[in-house]
Amino acid sequence: MPWAEALIRAQTRESVLSSEQGRVLSYVDALNEALSIAMEMDKKVIVLGQGVDDPAASFGVTKGLQEKFGGERVFDVPLSEEGMTGIITGAAVGGIRPVMTHNRPDFILLSMNQLVTHASKICYLDEGKNNVPFVIWAAIGRGWGSGAQHSQAIQGMLVGVPGLKVIMPSTPFDAKGMMLGAIADNNPVVIIEHRWLTRTKGVVPEGFYTVPFGKGVYRRRGTDVSIVGTSHILDLSIRAAEELEEEGISVEVVDLRSIKPLDEAIIMETVQKTGKLLVVDTGWERGGVCAEVGFVAAEKCFSALKAPVARVGLPDVPTPAGYKLEQLYYPNVETIKKAVKKMVN
Amino acid sequence: MKYGYKGKGFADTKTTLGKEKLTELYYSMLRIRRIEEGVEAHYHEDEMKTPIHLVIGQEASCVGACAPLTKEDLVYASHRTHGVYLAKGGDLKAMLSEFFCRKNGCAGSRGGSMHLIDQSVGMAGSSAICGGNVPIVVGLALAAHVQGVKRVNMCTFGDGAAEEGVVWEAINFAALKKLPVIFFCENNFFSVFTPLYKRQPENVELWKKAEAFGAKSVVVDGSNVVDVYEAVAKAREGALNGDGPYFIESRVYRWRGHGGAGDDNSKGYRDPAELSDWKKVCPIESYFEFLKTNQLLSDADKEAMEKDIKAEFEEAYEFARNSPEPDESDLATHVYSERIQYEVKKDALGRSTH
Repeated sequence: MPWAEALIRAQTRESVLSSEQGRVLSYVDALNEALSIAMEMDKKVIVLGQGVDDPAASFGVTKGLQEKFGGERVFDVPLSEEGMTGIITGAAVGGIRPVMTHNRPDFILLSMNQLVTHASKICYLDEGKNNVPFVIWAAIGRGWGSGAQHSQAIQGMLVGVPGLKVIMPSTPFDAKGMMLGAIADNNPVVIIEHRWLTRTKGVVPEGFYTVPFGKGVYRRRGTDVSIVGTSHILDLSIRAAEELEEEGISVEVVDLRSIKPLDEAIIMETVQKTGKLLVVDTGWERGGVCAEVGFVAAEKCFSALKAPVARVGLPDVPTPAGYKLEQLYYPNVETIKKAVKKMVN
Repeated sequence: MKYGYKGKGFADTKTTLGKEKLTELYYSMLRIRRIEEGVEAHYHEDEMKTPIHLVIGQEASCVGACAPLTKEDLVYASHRTHGVYLAKGGDLKAMLSEFFCRKNGCAGSRGGSMHLIDQSVGMAGSSAICGGNVPIVVGLALAAHVQGVKRVNMCTFGDGAAEEGVVWEAINFAALKKLPVIFFCENNFFSVFTPLYKRQPENVELWKKAEAFGAKSVVVDGSNVVDVYEAVAKAREGALNGDGPYFIESRVYRWRGHGGAGDDNSKGYRDPAELSDWKKVCPIESYFEFLKTNQLLSDADKEAMEKDIKAEFEEAYEFARNSPEPDESDLATHVYSERIQYEVKKDALGRSTH
């Protein structure tokens, strides 16, 4: 869908980056480099998924890997999501480190028995005798008719699964470092990516480095309201914060980077500073990441709160496919600004 | 009688296996039977607080499946684990300690009877979800293939599991990549109380479906240990020589209920004549007659075996019963593996490098 790509490009801000800060790479190239480095470092790393060796190459993430590392280590798979998730579970138990891509998180839902009931449980059930070091990567779709079955942000369903790690990077630097961290990790890790981040650019160091899980980072310092979230909606939140600054409202933006493990300390720290918490997420507001982060504030720093915790996520409605309804459905910079203003006034 | 015994017993059995191997198969089956009976006899005492799925009546199937394998070959079982675990050489004390929910159980009391594991003998694990172990075994085979390790990888599952879509996804992939997998399907004609004819179209045999998916497939008499052994030995050799996966349908009958102790025929879900029919060809007694007729085993040999097994079980049972309980410090360990695969070096600025 060329128009979908055009939409993503239109939504992507050109960052102002000086070469003094280091080498600039696109988000997709950062991921591609991470996979390439991991495969060079360790023969046990394999990359598989529907279309990894086709011309689209998982949005470019797996481009050139088969040419470089061969069809035994980089290969396309049948349309068998549950089966393939079980197969990478067994392969991981058997000592190799698979990275599997899905076109969309919606396809992860086909594999929940293996992901939740097997891969995430094996280490515990077997008393640590077996480990399941795999990475599952999928990019949330948004816009141009992705609709109810190609845009689901399912992280909220996974945040309560013991034994699983769920990470949601928002910058090319983190995308590379967290992919490498996920491959190095000895547990099943799900990376929930966002299609609207794939064309962003940023400074990405060369070589191997990892970004730790469960360590949030301040993207912007402020004093009036804290916005806490991950991934693409952080991008919207930073834009909202920039615009609000001109109106005299100082917003702090915290990027959690991973939602499981969750950096509770940084949530408490920022709430203690501003007293006002707006949780943002690309998924549904109900019972998901917004609810979990909000509860941390309620449970662990209630006395620091000067206003009720607020959230901006998706309404309790499936994603509509049509253009006009989509505009009404998704939060945007204005939605976030409005939520912040309501908390300040 | 819908699901009566349709095999030929040992009437036509001829084998090139030697006396030692044939005796070993007998011992292994008798041992599993007596251990299962021992567990069953104590189960009502409610000290083993774990669901059990006895294999009484199916011993030839699990022994025939595991005996041709080496320690390096891997087996990943379904919920009906006991027989496979013991046949593969799993430690008896660790199994019974797991049944007693003790700290030193083979899964540290996290798994119970449906999650037996003993890596030292290639008993790689088990899953309590029907069909859940099947793709995992295909993954173990993929790992062996990628690492250039020669071993076969076997999953054991029932006719019920063969109704799960994931089983066919796994067979398709194994056939596609020609992976060394043995899909060992024990068809005992019932899923809990539900007979096969209510779940699958009649006259479409399981092994034939698998054949259509590209696995070399056979059906064996699961009451005849020699029949099962030879089919598995052949499959093992073929799988290691690049034939791709094998599917073996082993027809058996469980003499007890789906779970727990005792026969549940009184519930009226199956024809009692079926059980009597299968009991006539008890996999252990009929095999003993075969060995005796061929002057390979005597009544005295059998008595000596019974004595050994009884002593072994009693000792292991007391060991398990007196083993320590886990405590609070055991509850939340191993939810995650703490190990990080690659050593990360820091440069002068504290950045991680490799």
